[in-house]
Amino acid sequence: MAEVRLDNVTRQFGSVVAVNAINLTIADGEFVALLGPSGCGKTTTLRLIAGLEQADGGHMYIGDRDVTNLPPRDRDIAMVFQDYALYPHMTILDNIGYPLKVRGTPRAELTKRVTEVAERLQIGNLLQRRPGQLSGGQQQRASVARAVVYHAQVFLFDEPLSNLDAKLRVEARAFLKRLQHELDVTAVYVTHDQAEAMALADRIAVMNHGRIMQLGAPLEVYRRPQNLFVASFIGSPPMNLLPCRVDLGARRLVFAGGAALEMTGMMERLPASLRDGEMVTLGIRPEHITIRETAGASTLPVKVYVTEPLGGESLVITQMGDLLISIRLFQDEPPSLPDAVWLELNMTHTFLYGAEGELMR
Amino acid sequence: MEQKPAIFSARVGALFLLPALAFVALFLLFPFVWVIVLSFTNQTLTGATAANPEFVGLANYERLFDFDRWMRAGEFGSSLLITVQFVLGSALIGQAGLGLLIAWLFYRRRGWLRTVVTTLVVLAWIIPEVVVAFAWFAFLDRDAGTFNNILDAFGLGRPDWLFNYPLLSIMVFNTWRGTAFSMLLFQSALETIPPSYIETAEVAGASGWQKFRHILLPLLIGHIITDLILITLWTFNVFTPYLLTGGGPRNQTQLVSIYTYETAFQFFRFGQGAAIAVVIMFINLTLAMIYLAILRRQRAAT
Ligand SMILES: Nc1ncnc2c1ncn2[C@@H]1O[C@H](COP(=O)(O)OP(=O)(O)OP(=O)(O)O)[C@@H](O)[C@H]1O
Ligand SMILES: [Mg+2]
Repeated sequence: MAEVRLDNVTRQFGSVVAVNAINLTIADGEFVALLGPSGCGKTTTLRLIAGLEQADGGHMYIGDRDVTNLPPRDRDIAMVFQDYALYPHMTILDNIGYPLKVRGTPRAELTKRVTEVAERLQIGNLLQRRPGQLSGGQQQRASVARAVVYHAQVFLFDEPLSNLDAKLRVEARAFLKRLQHELDVTAVYVTHDQAEAMALADRIAVMNHGRIMQLGAPLEVYRRPQNLFVASFIGSPPMNLLPCRVDLGARRLVFAGGAALEMTGMMERLPASLRDGEMVTLGIRPEHITIRETAGASTLPVKVYVTEPLGGESLVITQMGDLLISIRLFQDEPPSLPDAVWLELNMTHTFLYGAEGELMR
Repeated sequence: MEQKPAIFSARVGALFLLPALAFVALFLLFPFVWVIVLSFTNQTLTGATAANPEFVGLANYERLFDFDRWMRAGEFGSSLLITVQFVLGSALIGQAGLGLLIAWLFYRRRGWLRTVVTTLVVLAWIIPEVVVAFAWFAFLDRDAGTFNNILDAFGLGRPDWLFNYPLLSIMVFNTWRGTAFSMLLFQSALETIPPSYIETAEVAGASGWQKFRHILLPLLIGHIITDLILITLWTFNVFTPYLLTGGGPRNQTQLVSIYTYETAFQFFRFGQGAAIAVVIMFINLTLAMIYLAILRRQRAAT
């Protein structure tokens, strides 16, 4: 177990900067998820830590060793790939035992340790089979077992659950979290599934265009997105983001089309630098909006666009001009609503983002 | 499922097949049968037996397998031994070995060196036969050859390669000539191996050799056997070395292909030549069957 530290690490492919001067410190025993849209550099970051890619700039440390120029085999890490990478010509026993074999572990001890790990991951009865004779979930466990068996300092996962169906994925997720707690290892976990990141990680690094946009505990990232990108990425559906103009004199936010909201409730959180007439973006999560059938003192007039029952909750999607605003209701059946309704926003749960996309306070 | 109505009746279909069948019969089946028939006669090009060949039973075969003399230079046994050495040296070790080595060295690498090496190896493969023979003749010439000029510059003397080391020379030549096929086959086979296989091994601590021995080699084994089948048969029958050494000196490079050629078309003993051809056909067939059996067992194991 060890701390992992990335210090200004950069990786370029031709003109594409896949990883752009990333700084990241992962504490000993911590589980960090790299989360972001496709192509944002998650896999590249992970492969840099593994040593499968060479950094073009910056330094990397595992424990107190500078591993920047070390090959993968000298970094004391274990990695689980998306396709599991189980060798088709070996039995599961040999697959899981492979890291021990290359270390020259005697056969008897190898078998003993593999059996222990396999029992623990509930695949002890499959050791004589070949990978092709296992289900997806079993293969996934076998590849995790191979990573666990040699007690590496750091575990790296690249979307290890994305080839499983939805039900298995939830099971495997719980199982991985449990395992990580039991083993108390440092882990870096790449995913583009935010539910997975939220469920598993101690901290989430939200990435975009090769940079870390926000690093924090799952609820922290959810409750206080530091910029428009994170606000628009985290949450399902994500936060409603409504461009508007600040009218300091009238203490109102004015939207395209003329609708306006009172700023009461958010006044104490406004930055001193806020200027009159400034264009900002108001962010509010779908669960903090109430639907009214009559206009109020501070409401937005909208048209109901569609309603979606989601099982335990339901979603109402409304339209104001060309903006879609979603509202989450904690009732299983969507209410029957007239075409035109008014939205009341809980202003204590709103955020203001500036022109650069930064959270204003 | 409903069966589609045939476009032609079976009879019309057969009619269309007829030209192709006739072609196959004329150019494949007929020579095959004819060679076998011929091998039991004493047909020659000139003399009494040219017009009226006689049936001589197994005489031609007995002559091939006359164990008192068959290992003498210029006899069938010696020719077979030379061929076996040639196949082992230039096909199995030379072409397959070198092809695998090059494919492995450049595995997961890009860059100009890979391009240059691959191009050169492929060039050696596609240049016309006669040009190649001439180039090697010039390359290996004792007095003016490029190779000896290089050796001489390092003070290593000027051996007469084709005269003193004829078998070695044609083995090196044939390796150079044919490595491309094995290399290309192994390169494309390596491409089909998911990178994560090798990366997992890398992360898990495997050395370069261990990655090759434990991961790549077992995954390539089917391709290697296929490659060996093909290049063994090709090398067994290859004739190009004749252009370099003419089978000599003193029959030291008399491969069975050359032996057959000389018997049939230099001494014009067609019957005898046909018997050799039949024996070679059976050897080739046996080799192919053995390889295919290995391949089948290997497939069944995984
Ligand atoms: N070997 C490579 N050669 C060239 N470009 C690459 C290479 N690997 C990655 N890239 C580029 O670097 C960027 C980041 O890729 P990366 O694989 O890290 O994304 P990712 O976040 O893992 O995406 P995904 O969720 O789709 O897996 C992409 O623009 C990608 O096209
Ligand atoms: Mg990826």
